[in-house]
Amino acid sequence: MNGILRVLTDLGGSVTGGIARLGFAARFLMAVLRLSGTTFARPQLLLREIYQAGVLSLIIILMSGLFIGMVLALQGYETLVRFGATESMGMLVALSLVRELGPVVAGLLFASRAGSAMTAEIGLMKTTEQLAAMEVMAVDPIARVVAPRFWGGVISLPLLAALFSTLGIYGGYLVGVRLIGIDSGAYWGQMAAAVDWRHDILNGVIKSVVFAVAISLIAVFEGYDATPTAEGVSAATTRTVVTSALAILALDFVLTVLMFRGGGG
Amino acid sequence: MTLDSDSSLTAAASTPNCASAATCETLVELKNVSFGYTKARQILSGISLVVPRGKLVAVMGGSGCGKTTILRLLCGQHKATSGEVLVGGQSVAAMNHDQMYAHRRKLGMLFQFGALFTDQTVFENVAFPMREHTELPEEIIHDLVLMKLNAVGLRGAAKLKPSELSGGMARRVALARTIALDPQIALYDEPFAGLDPISLSVVGQLIRRLNDALGMTSILVTHDIAESLKIVDYIYFVSEGKVVAHGDVATIKASTDPFVRQFVDGQPDGPVGFHYPAKALAEDFA
Repeated sequence: MNGILRVLTDLGGSVTGGIARLGFAARFLMAVLRLSGTTFARPQLLLREIYQAGVLSLIIILMSGLFIGMVLALQGYETLVRFGATESMGMLVALSLVRELGPVVAGLLFASRAGSAMTAEIGLMKTTEQLAAMEVMAVDPIARVVAPRFWGGVISLPLLAALFSTLGIYGGYLVGVRLIGIDSGAYWGQMAAAVDWRHDILNGVIKSVVFAVAISLIAVFEGYDATPTAEGVSAATTRTVVTSALAILALDFVLTVLMFRGGGG
Repeated sequence: MTLDSDSSLTAAASTPNCASAATCETLVELKNVSFGYTKARQILSGISLVVPRGKLVAVMGGSGCGKTTILRLLCGQHKATSGEVLVGGQSVAAMNHDQMYAHRRKLGMLFQFGALFTDQTVFENVAFPMREHTELPEEIIHDLVLMKLNAVGLRGAAKLKPSELSGGMARRVALARTIALDPQIALYDEPFAGLDPISLSVVGQLIRRLNDALGMTSILVTHDIAESLKIVDYIYFVSEGKVVAHGDVATIKASTDPFVRQFVDGQPDGPVGFHYPAKALAEDFA
């Protein structure tokens, strides 16, 4: 009986703790938005974070995009050739990347590469009292440390996702046209005819912006809320990657339902 | 000034001796302050102390006695669970966000482990408060930073990153950052830890000179009794969250109070236990 009671107590504690943390995260987001003036008034702060989150993530994003595009072309060819529709490969590769794989995979990679780095950096700043020192110097760490990183992430990911899709389409071209021998005109022509600017590209961009907000918020919040110990920072970094991945996949489902229901694309 | 080992000290009883009425103006005051991170573990238990304007006051005591907590209460990082923390007659706990930031602009705090910004150079660390709070042109900031670094003997290390500094050097850079804006009140948390004897003496004298030359009021939390006796005006001894003794340097040196003698002479036996409270040794090894 006591065991059941303890399980129920723990469960209740976890639920109320989770809700409280969610509330704290919402208030934290409000504070970040309210204190974002410094970020835009001092562009060098923002540029530094775009460099850290965006430019330093370029290699992994570009390489992954290229290889995923190449694999898509290979796998797509296997299926399309059965129906005599290999000239549709350009459309297949482009729609897969622009609608889904670009935002989702770039988001997952961004969370692993840049999100974890943001959490670890802010968490370590907290552990080594750098945030406390800033506060005592009458400088708000949310305005000076958190907001520039948040906006750096929000701006970087959509650009990285676009580059991911571009390199993926080029990877598909390398395999489909150069390796397999599909007609180059068919590859680009089918793509141009099938991909709709608003329905496909703009919706893909919207997805990547939503993922960018989610990942950046999770990363800066976990760092700011980390227990100021080595284990605490380690756990916060892990939480950033896991929570971001789940958030991306869940949001992707919701956004896909909202954007593409009823077909047409 | 007599030593007072009574735990129920009043603010008046804790007032350092003053040469004149002008120097007697109280700038910092703790009135019967209690604080604990949890209800079960009280760090401060009804502590009262007074720091007059322009004085250099040391707060001493064993590890974990609540010295650093006093500094954190003064800069508003923690709020007292009871009692009042007054700076310039204003309650720190009652300050709103803007008042707190205005209050903090008058403070300089040296953190126990330096708390240097690891993504910035030594120069940028010292320039940080100047760039954040002043509109000074970069050339002036450059000169001011080098002057501050020169004062702590690290002008030549301006381009190094904190990761390239020894612990003592990092402490000196943090000191330069603390005094970057010539604060009205300087709070030093263990400024002598990790310093070699030469640096220790220079930093001690620098703290004293800055206090006098800039008309600052300084609170020094330290274990270094020998260096403190050379530079401070007044000393409070804290144990278990209370002031257990206090007095000026001459009084402390002449004191026969067991707590003061144990601390000044570094004796292992006395009112301050070396061991954290535990069961009897035989019980643990039974």
